[in-house]
Amino acid sequence: MSPILTAILVLGITGLVLGIVLFVIARKFKVEEDPRVGQIAELLPGANCGGCGFPGCSAFAEACVKRDSMEGVKCSVCKSEVMQQIAAITGHAVEAGVEKIAVVRCSGSCENRPRLRAYDGAGSCAVAAMMNGGTTGCFFGCLGCGDCVSACKFDAIHMNPETGLPEVDQEKCTACGACAKACPRGIIELRNRNKLDRRVYVSCVNRDKGPVAKKACNAACIGCGKCVKACPFEAITLENNLAYIDFEKCRLCRKCVDECPQHTIMAVNFPPKRVQAEQAEVQETTESNTSQEQ
Amino acid sequence: MNTFTIGGVHPQANKLTEDRKTETAPLPVQAVFPLSQHIGAPAVPCVQKGDRVLVGTKIAEPGGFMSACIHSSVSGKVAKIDTIVDASGLRKPAVFIDVEGDEWEPSIDRSDRLVLQCNMSREEIVERIKACGIVGMGGACFPTHVKLCPPKDCAIDTLIVNAVECEPYLTADHRLMLECPDQIIIGIKIILKVLGIDRAVIGIEENKPDAIAVMRSKTSMVSGIEVMPLRMKYPQGGEKQLIEAVTGRQVPPPPALPANVGCVVQNVGTVYAIYEAVMKNKPLFERIVTVTGKSVKNPCNLKVRMGTPVSQLIEYAGGMPEDTGKLISGGPMMGRPLLDDTAPVVKGTSGLLMLPEKDAARKEERNCIRCAKCVSACPMGLEPYLLATVSQSQEWDVAEEGMIMSCIECGCCQTTCPSNRPLLDWVRLGKNRVGGIIRARNAKK
Repeated sequence: MSPILTAILVLGITGLVLGIVLFVIARKFKVEEDPRVGQIAELLPGANCGGCGFPGCSAFAEACVKRDSMEGVKCSVCKSEVMQQIAAITGHAVEAGVEKIAVVRCSGSCENRPRLRAYDGAGSCAVAAMMNGGTTGCFFGCLGCGDCVSACKFDAIHMNPETGLPEVDQEKCTACGACAKACPRGIIELRNRNKLDRRVYVSCVNRDKGPVAKKACNAACIGCGKCVKACPFEAITLENNLAYIDFEKCRLCRKCVDECPQHTIMAVNFPPKRVQAEQAEVQETTESNTSQEQ
Repeated sequence: MNTFTIGGVHPQANKLTEDRKTETAPLPVQAVFPLSQHIGAPAVPCVQKGDRVLVGTKIAEPGGFMSACIHSSVSGKVAKIDTIVDASGLRKPAVFIDVEGDEWEPSIDRSDRLVLQCNMSREEIVERIKACGIVGMGGACFPTHVKLCPPKDCAIDTLIVNAVECEPYLTADHRLMLECPDQIIIGIKIILKVLGIDRAVIGIEENKPDAIAVMRSKTSMVSGIEVMPLRMKYPQGGEKQLIEAVTGRQVPPPPALPANVGCVVQNVGTVYAIYEAVMKNKPLFERIVTVTGKSVKNPCNLKVRMGTPVSQLIEYAGGMPEDTGKLISGGPMMGRPLLDDTAPVVKGTSGLLMLPEKDAARKEERNCIRCAKCVSACPMGLEPYLLATVSQSQEWDVAEEGMIMSCIECGCCQTTCPSNRPLLDWVRLGKNRVGGIIRARNAKK
């Protein structure tokens, strides 16, 4: 026999035998996977952000299928339509979740909060928070090393070089909560979104007494309590020298914004003040006109 | 000559103040006593605003088993109990005392007379040490009464007195040995009595020949106490390194203690404080602080009352030099940068270093080139580059497997890194997190 023929025969037979073995093993030890897991995993964003509390998207998909109800199982990133689709696959009812957004509660820009000293350690807020109190006189606010930026899997939070503070891109933010978890100072909070994405919040977490807080930062909440008195809906509480606006109760009237002597309370995505004032005037005149007519 | 075997570096010693006699620092106007000056639970204040205190009056009780009392170092009136930004840059509660005169507690023996005979029992001595708030003076501030009561199943045979002072610039222990050798010997005898053993070794690095000579002459007549010169290498003053250098025994990784290999290590400053506490009934409220720096006008060793703001010591040493880049509490290797000069001297303040800008500035960080210099420098045999990387990526389980809790934060890795990576910063973060995870796990059990 020619050597070539021998080689072909030997390799051919080996290949055949191994192929049969593999086929048998594949049949015998086949793992039955619920096809729904794959379907759900395809619907999920696949960023493995961990915002749902499971190790990753596939673990979340498995949990969706295995559990008897969808209670407590929610992908914080998915829109509610996607959750409805998932619910259709699993056959369980899904609770209508409220969409949220990450909000940075610090206004300590370089202007408001002077940098007192330099920090030259490792570029991480977690390290900075552990090693010393940061570069400013405020022991509660943003450290500015950008742990939240590196934690975000959706490119939705960036440092503003002018203010030295992180800013959330409200189009991209999925409220997975990774930034809130990464922040050693806990300044990032997930707050409810509403139709026009309007928000009113206290942009400070400083729990120091008024004079101390004010000395450290021009935009710090001094715990004066004016906003609490101004709020007609009892949405604002004052605890440890710090005001907090409950987003469930807040009706976005913005009375507190005007009252705040430190301009710490932020109103986002509202039309500019002047236009509104004019609108109010117009409304008033029309109202008076109608009353005259009557 | 002995030394430890794994890793280590040779930083420049820069002992500028080794020939300067210890001077007494002036009293402060207001003394501040942070309530957590030691490892363990913070102390609980036992005075109130407006109370009058004398020098040596107890102002805070231990806050738990692993804690220590704090005593006033001045006489005067408690101004307030508030918070202060301490040496670590974090805000801690503290007792503020306005100084009026210098009136001591009558129970303290203020004479220079050397007390030789100790008639107290072992339990009484430990009780006295606890009541006097003695903690380890080497920097870690471990409550001494806890260290002197090793677990019952460990047979202790050797007391090691840590007089290595391997940290560059610092000379407080060196001066103490030259100026108070008799007190140190008596202190050692007291500790031997407490531990019920008869062998003590004083470990001194060879760059202090005068201290070695003095201690040798004092111990020549005493049986059981030996002076052992050690070859210079940083961090020889680390507890585990010193045990290896002196006895050749290696302490297993945590949670094993030095007691597991039959050793108890005490800093020479602590030994002196134990003498003063037991023989003179004097609580721990003053210590020697080296105020130094290459551009400092008058570098010196100062006997300072605790609670004195460091600004006062700087003033005494001729003011802060203009080229100062960093003000460090402790030495250049293990010390911590001070955020401002209002921080008070505490039990663990061994030195005050004003480092010129050119030495202090960290160089630009570059990528790891896998040279493994940090691995060969690590005295604990760890892999600092790996620990830093996993801390950065928050893989705490890998960090724990890599024995991150064994790290003694000596800083050898960071100083040898040719890429100037902040290895120690990351490892500290890892230690902090992994320590938290371990504590939580133990609490669950």
